[in-house]
Amino acid sequence: MALLQIAEPGMSTEPHKHRLAVGIDLGTTNSLVASVRNGIAVCLPDESGRTMLPSVVRYHVDGSTETGLGALKAQATDPRNTIVSAKRFMGRGLKDVAHVEAMPYDFEDGPGMVRLRTVQGVKSPVEVSAEILRVLRVRAEASLGGRLVGVVITVPAYFDDAQRQATKDAARLAGLDVLRLLNEPTAAAVAYGLDNAAEGVYAVYDLGGGTFDLSILKLSRGVFEVLSTNGDAALGGDDFDHRLFCSILERADIDPPSLEDARRLQMKAREVKELLTSCEEAPIHLRLGSGELVDVVVTRNEFADMTRHLVQKTLTPVRKALRDAGLTPEEIKGVVMVGGATRMPQIQRAVAAFFGQEPLTNLDPDKVVALGAAMQANVLAGNRAEQDDWLLLDVIPLSLGLETMGGLVEKVVPRNSTLPIARAQEFTTFKDGQTAMAFHVVQGERELVADCRSLARFELRGIPPMVAGAARIRVTFQVDADGLLSVSAREMSSGVEASVLVKPSYGLSDDEIAEMLKSGVEHAGDDMVLRALREQQVEAERVIEAAEQALAKDGHLLDADERAGIDAAVARLRELRAGSDHRAIKSGIDAFARATDEFAARRMDNSIRSALAGHKVDELEL
Amino acid sequence: MSIDPTQDYFSLFGLQRTYAMDEAVLEAAWHRLQSQVHPDRYAHLPDVDKRRAMQWATRVNEGFRTLKKPLARARYLLELAGVDVGVETNTAMSPEFLMEQMEWREAVEEARAAAEVEELEQLHVRLLHHARDVRAELGRQIDVDHDLAGAADTVRRLMFIEKLQHEIDEALLALEG
Repeated sequence: MALLQIAEPGMSTEPHKHRLAVGIDLGTTNSLVASVRNGIAVCLPDESGRTMLPSVVRYHVDGSTETGLGALKAQATDPRNTIVSAKRFMGRGLKDVAHVEAMPYDFEDGPGMVRLRTVQGVKSPVEVSAEILRVLRVRAEASLGGRLVGVVITVPAYFDDAQRQATKDAARLAGLDVLRLLNEPTAAAVAYGLDNAAEGVYAVYDLGGGTFDLSILKLSRGVFEVLSTNGDAALGGDDFDHRLFCSILERADIDPPSLEDARRLQMKAREVKELLTSCEEAPIHLRLGSGELVDVVVTRNEFADMTRHLVQKTLTPVRKALRDAGLTPEEIKGVVMVGGATRMPQIQRAVAAFFGQEPLTNLDPDKVVALGAAMQANVLAGNRAEQDDWLLLDVIPLSLGLETMGGLVEKVVPRNSTLPIARAQEFTTFKDGQTAMAFHVVQGERELVADCRSLARFELRGIPPMVAGAARIRVTFQVDADGLLSVSAREMSSGVEASVLVKPSYGLSDDEIAEMLKSGVEHAGDDMVLRALREQQVEAERVIEAAEQALAKDGHLLDADERAGIDAAVARLRELRAGSDHRAIKSGIDAFARATDEFAARRMDNSIRSALAGHKVDELEL
Repeated sequence: MSIDPTQDYFSLFGLQRTYAMDEAVLEAAWHRLQSQVHPDRYAHLPDVDKRRAMQWATRVNEGFRTLKKPLARARYLLELAGVDVGVETNTAMSPEFLMEQMEWREAVEEARAAAEVEELEQLHVRLLHHARDVRAELGRQIDVDHDLAGAADTVRRLMFIEKLQHEIDEALLALEG
């Protein structure tokens, strides 16, 4: 007889139960997918052995799309339909995007997010990102040999709610189940910290293609605690390319170039930037489509001079993050460098000078984020092994607030609060008999609403008429572990329930996403009912498995009657799961949750007690 | 739920109900609790478990924040003891204190108007030292003398000081762009 497997939720049981999960670094310039295999995180290559997928999508006139290197090569011949750096547009309006004049796209500014007109119609940056994610998903499933149970996708730490939501929407569109959105510098710290058994306070300097983050983390006994984070969601290696591009145009003294020539020169600028990492000077010799010849040489010093202001621009967030953490540069034990752009010598010099120490460059700045995300994905999927008893405590990068009189912001959740967090604020009516109240939710550090990002507007209706000042309206902000916000408002004093719950959305409604899913090439032949059935069956399996593991471990918390009740509920759900009615399964799952609620509460209670019983973190399991 | 959600933060963290606080002990308890309730531990489980984990982790974080910050901790202790700090109702402060506050405020205003970053940073440091003295007084009142009415008064003074500190921080932030 086989031994009864006593498994902890979140601990791996048997090797064949290993759940397939990956970490994805969805970068401005390049994207990667990584997974933990045999205990080691590795980046998964494509069939030609490349791990980096250029974040470029080309829309062809025949309705097909091309993603990666092939699309990258086409950018000079078909710039309008070849989208590079789509990450810069995620959750952004046209006015938020820098250098639009130098971009070859046909923009369409809509409410919320900017869109691009292509030969295949109008595309949102979410759809472009979904194409990239889809290619990585296919690569991972082929490489790992099965369907993914979930992914961790990294985002710049300084991404606001709109940009995070847009990233999550893209994953949904690509058919991925997001276990967590993980901040890029935190992912890098995990990979670095676990590999080097690091302890102490570290700074992560992450200069990507289009974003800059600086996070300060305290690593102590398996806990990665983010103390503060700051950054610039619109500053990256692309800006250094752009500066070079402008300089080449000036020096070559040529007419304004065509779209194709501009793209060619931009690609050249990137090559020159990379060349100057190892060489003292780089020549540019290029015959344009117009017949003009560009023939200039750029030296490393010239490049450093023309980008000095950009390097300095990164140091302001560094200072702010240090101040928020209450630390001086001398108190930082090491500076981890992340992102291809940190290979530039002028960056390394500036960081070394600021912190008074050479930055840590003993890891691949292109891969470290994906590797850290893979480690987190592995643990979140439930493959936690004994040595994986580490914990991430991350923060919200930007304050959340509400508009008050005179266009001012009242902060509700301060920046750098550890997640998850909930905060409530009370308001009252200012007119007699007022039955509705409008709220405007914003994110940012500035005092004026106009200088912050507008996240949502909503109205609480059905307030019972009272004299001015008598109503008590409680507005609660809840930010989850992904850094995503939901807001609810409720009138407290009258007992009359008037409440609303808002999840901010940015130009893409749930209906739109459902529509895109339905019309997507991949799902063209899909039967939506079958798809829903499969989803509910998977969720039912997950629910049953979790309950059985819980019973095996903590069955003693139940008396015989309670135990019989839960066993019956398991049997009932198993029966429903075998059927073909997805609605019945869904309501079965809901009923099951109610039946096991008390048991789950007792288990949580029990584990909190054991946490306080003087155990060390590494002795505890859940 | 079998755990009382109104259970106070000191008992949630397994700590004595005092103003004096060993930060390392508090932090270790926070880490222990979060390693049990953090949503990352439940990411592979059904939605109902994820939601519960988020609520618990939120409460644990709020408890940590309340117990960690001296002013928040003192206010919380007074609240548990049924003492009204009287933030909204009681605004009577000693004339000496108000005079002192005006002087601080003028100095900050002048430095801000003249964009004197160094001057602001010096004010920041001086105010830090001052706040430390006031906190020591608060600790004596609560833990040693059990003078809770006096402590409520000190809490209000400390709130003025921290507000000023915040204004200096914001001014520095604004000057740096």
